[in-house]
Amino acid sequence: MIEQGEFVAIMGPSGSGKSTFMNVIGCLDQQTRGQYLLDGIDVSHMNRDELASIRNAKIGFVFQGFNLLPRTSALENVELPLLYNNIPGTERRRKALAALQTLGLEGREHHNPNQLSGGQQQRVAIARALVNDAPLILADEPTGNLDTKTSIEIMELLVRLNQESNITMVLVTHEPDIATYSRRIIRFIDGRVVSDERTPTTEGKNTMTG
Amino acid sequence: MINIPSTIKISTRALRVNKMRSALTMLGIIIGVGAVIAMLAVGTGASEKITQQISSIGSNLIIILPGSTTSGGLRMGMGSQPTLTRDDADAILKECSAVQEVAPVLNGAAQVVYSNQNWSTGVYGTTPSMLTIRDWPLATGRSFTEQDIRNATKVAILGQTVVDNLFGNIDPLGQVIRIKKVPFTVIGFLERKGQSPQGQDQDDTIYIPVTTAQKKIFGTTFPGMVRTIMVKAKSTEDLAIAEKQINDLLRQRHHIGPKQDNDFTVRNLTQIMQVAEQSTKVMTLLLGAIASVSLLVGGIGIMNIMLVSVTERTREIGIRMAVGAKTWDIRLQFIIEALTLSLIGGLAGILTGITGSKLISALAGWSTIVSILSILVAFGFSGLVGIFFGFYPAYKASLLNPIDALRYE
Repeated sequence: MIEQGEFVAIMGPSGSGKSTFMNVIGCLDQQTRGQYLLDGIDVSHMNRDELASIRNAKIGFVFQGFNLLPRTSALENVELPLLYNNIPGTERRRKALAALQTLGLEGREHHNPNQLSGGQQQRVAIARALVNDAPLILADEPTGNLDTKTSIEIMELLVRLNQESNITMVLVTHEPDIATYSRRIIRFIDGRVVSDERTPTTEGKNTMTG
Repeated sequence: MINIPSTIKISTRALRVNKMRSALTMLGIIIGVGAVIAMLAVGTGASEKITQQISSIGSNLIIILPGSTTSGGLRMGMGSQPTLTRDDADAILKECSAVQEVAPVLNGAAQVVYSNQNWSTGVYGTTPSMLTIRDWPLATGRSFTEQDIRNATKVAILGQTVVDNLFGNIDPLGQVIRIKKVPFTVIGFLERKGQSPQGQDQDDTIYIPVTTAQKKIFGTTFPGMVRTIMVKAKSTEDLAIAEKQINDLLRQRHHIGPKQDNDFTVRNLTQIMQVAEQSTKVMTLLLGAIASVSLLVGGIGIMNIMLVSVTERTREIGIRMAVGAKTWDIRLQFIIEALTLSLIGGLAGILTGITGSKLISALAGWSTIVSILSILVAFGFSGLVGIFFGFYPAYKASLLNPIDALRYE
């Protein structure tokens, strides 16, 4: 059970099932047994398009490899989730610009990913995750491709978003340093949860059950 | 709901990124559409020309020729023994209900002289009906009258080629020319008609009253002899009936027994021409069909490139799916890409086809007609090719598993 507004780190060695867990949480994959309630909704038996809508509305993804569209400007990358949510052009632009501004990327809107540094690219990816006002951000090794200084910047950014905007953060990492930014650490080994250490957080009204 | 303008933008951007590849893929469609349009233009041009020629010899036309003779075991060619007479012609007009007009013809080649110019041409002794049968109006002057026929007046109507060769810039009306040394007054000349389906110059001709030709120019081996009889049926449907009526009438008039061969031949010219017209239409279709094969090949080229593109952009598809693209968002993106390729290719193909037709006209001297219909059909077909061959790659892309697609290197 992950509460609204939590900051959870998922840890575990390769092959421990943490990636599968993330995919299920991210509605990219469906579990074979059991039940997954996202925001109180059972997504277990949803079809592809329903899952796509859920991902669009409720989940923002931040990947290790950034996963931005190549040869596409930062602005258009951020607009992407809005595009699939059928937000009209002008509002799309306004929201995307606002998201980029929040992440301190003014002046970089029309740069393509290959013209941006790793940290900047990851911030564009975070802007993309934020732009649809998704209540949940899934970050899969968000600092894996970044140097230490930039990693700290990105983690502080995620913490700030978690605290200021009450966005639920689920972070997958195998670096203990990075995991310390979270307030709850779930450890996986061989597909099983072996430990769940948490520091008490404020109670959220919406619950997410995993 | 799917956002079409944005999808179009995404699709065209992808095409711009690979300019060379897009251009080469389009080339297949350009050649296909161009070939279809040019081939149809050649075919349409040919059949249009034949239609024109059919109307130039006159519509619903039947020609009656005298039969062949056998002399000493040698069969002579058709028309070698004259068997037809003016009375036959009159009888046909009177008794065959499907016949509208009849004109007996006694013709031959003759030297024609005016002042110090001379010219050899075909001289046709006939009646005023001839001009009606051949749908051939006078440019100026008058036609023969019944009186001219009765009195065997020495008057002549000239074709444009004769006018050009004998008179140059002089007005021929009222001038006197000599046909085989017999003086004739020019009473009119005909509008220009051009070449016959066989390539003869139809304007190289002189018409005189049939009686004048019989008595003063060519002579007859028996009274009232004519070489051929031209008949105009009342309508295209009446052609076959007229043919049968004439056949029956002439057999009776020429006293031909049930087992004997005809001493005349009835030829339905329009029918022969219609067969020719039909065969050019078949040729047009055939040319178009062959050309559309190249359009099909162009379509397969599009499918090939789209499949490569889907594979190359697996990761992009994964990203789009992760942020919420639905099945049809992805499908439309790739279908529109294929459609854009084929439609731009189609437009360029139309230009190529028109230019190609002009080149064929200029270089080979064939008449080509680019019809609006062929343009619309070729363009529409290229659009269909785009959708058809774009669908499978798009379908494939939309079924990718987002996790695998995201991990794809």
